[in-house]
Amino acid sequence: MNQFWRSRRIPLAWLLLARQPMRLGVALAGIAFAGILMFMQLGFRDGLFEASVTVHKLFDADLVLMSPRTMSSIGMAGFPRRRLVQAMADPEVSGTTPVHWNLLLWRNPQTRNTRSILTLGFDPTDPLFTDPTLTEKAKALTQKGRVLFDDRSRPEFGPIAEWFKQGKVVETEVAGKRVRVAELVSLGPSFGADGNMLTSRETFLQLMPGTPPGSIELGLIRLKPGADPAQVAARLKTMLPSDVSIYTKKGFEEFEKNYWRSSTAIGFIFTLGAGMGFVVGCVIVYQILYSDVSDHLPEYATLMAMGYRLAGLLGVVAREALILAMLGYLPAYLAGQGLYALVRSGTRLPVEMDPQRALLVFGMILVMCMGSAAFAMRRLADADPAEIF
Amino acid sequence: MVAAVSSPSARASSATVAVEGLSHWYGHAAMRRQVLQGVDLTITPGEVVLLTGPSGCGKTTLLTLVGALRSVQQGSVRVFGQELHGAGRDVRQRLRRSIGMIFQGHNLLRCLTAEQNVQMGSDLLEGLSYRARRDQARQWLRAVGLGDELGKLPHDLSGGQKQRVAIARALAARPRLLLADEPTAALDSRTGREVVDLLQSLAREQGCGVLMVTHDPRILDVADRLVRMEDGRLMQDG
Repeated sequence: MNQFWRSRRIPLAWLLLARQPMRLGVALAGIAFAGILMFMQLGFRDGLFEASVTVHKLFDADLVLMSPRTMSSIGMAGFPRRRLVQAMADPEVSGTTPVHWNLLLWRNPQTRNTRSILTLGFDPTDPLFTDPTLTEKAKALTQKGRVLFDDRSRPEFGPIAEWFKQGKVVETEVAGKRVRVAELVSLGPSFGADGNMLTSRETFLQLMPGTPPGSIELGLIRLKPGADPAQVAARLKTMLPSDVSIYTKKGFEEFEKNYWRSSTAIGFIFTLGAGMGFVVGCVIVYQILYSDVSDHLPEYATLMAMGYRLAGLLGVVAREALILAMLGYLPAYLAGQGLYALVRSGTRLPVEMDPQRALLVFGMILVMCMGSAAFAMRRLADADPAEIF
Repeated sequence: MVAAVSSPSARASSATVAVEGLSHWYGHAAMRRQVLQGVDLTITPGEVVLLTGPSGCGKTTLLTLVGALRSVQQGSVRVFGQELHGAGRDVRQRLRRSIGMIFQGHNLLRCLTAEQNVQMGSDLLEGLSYRARRDQARQWLRAVGLGDELGKLPHDLSGGQKQRVAIARALAARPRLLLADEPTAALDSRTGREVVDLLQSLAREQGCGVLMVTHDPRILDVADRLVRMEDGRLMQDG
């Protein structure tokens, strides 16, 4: 404590900023703008990747089996259903659900246009999603030709939910066969699929008569409470032939995200956007700090003449940058929160302020300010105390 | 800082400033111009020396050399016994902490209040708490008659008041040598007189030597010694 009072000085950096409210305001607006830009771009990027696994996240599974030939949710390959039965042999596996998965053509009953819809076929008595309301709705699927339609599907599929809620019988054509909407569910569109529908295995096979017998696209495995998914996955890997791949649920989501990450320009575009924000911020902060140092050059020179060390004065500029970073980040963070909420309600994109991104953006703002300060400091070298007399 | 020199006995025996055979040039090669030619000057502790002469005769150059703001090219400059010829940047920077400087323009920090400006001076003192340094700053401001203007920014002070804040700032670092370059240039005759009287009395109290450059004939009587400079040479007539 004593040391603190001894080393305490006039808060020169703060006063330099605070006594020029206009300049401070411009600087903070610039930094906040750059921060918001970074938040938005990175948020969109992560949100879009997150959106690719909207359906994936809903499955009631600890482990997932897929064909090794499967690259993504828009191209699911089949594997023998027997592998799921074999997996049941593991003492820690408590249950399995075989799932058919394909993109089928849905005819909009209003406009008669077709559009591909993600169709999942499962046994209505098996658990599919963690959402318990589904179990009740699934009972309606025991009748052939019935489907559950995702009311959050894009409007291009027709006013299905609207008609259904009005009590109308909603019938349309999927893959050239007649189906009737038995219930509505809420899943949400993902990257690969603009809409979703669920149906029973029988109906699915009717819609897709070419499906090889005993072949499924996805196998859900549920474990007993307390079991370690990674351990069981490792055991299953040695037990099962190599015609299936085993993923934990998280790994299953990552697999899908990775596909979009590596096979599309989304990551690049939005990272570039965030980079632009960074550069804009750098230019603004540099301009502000440079003109600040230039304006106060005689004063810095005076301090040097008084016996202050150059390093101490560089520290003043660095502290100015630090203050700017912290004050500029705050509005950027708050505005980011607000804009994320706006995006969520406007586009249904799952954009959240996750702490990692919040930290990343703060780090970038910090680098932006300190880097600019380092460049602005070069101007301080021009402060020659001999010239002020 | 040279500890041995600061003890009273040592200070009495050695001069505050001892300049011998000091020459200085500006520019390079063909543009090289000599501004100081073999200058000798001694200032003892507490002595007030006034330096006059036509403009461009090298007064300010001499001041910056004694103030350790420039490196010495030829000759010897000893301040508190420390030789400045060949002294590095760090040595000069540390030495400057013991030299108070008052400029033609007041050179106050615009973003600081009068009190904070003076504290920038007392902040150079080591081993004092923040409160002690602030109290000293206030005392100095009271000593220069600005006890009621502590919280004002330089912008709101008159020319004379600003110069008095500058004096308080220079003295707050407890210098043993004060260098002043035309401190009255921007002031009317009455405030100029007041400022110089103040400077002289405070310097006397502190026992610190003063080297003041001035054109102002009305303040010459505060000097213990008058030194005239012409074309880079000193003509002592005090």
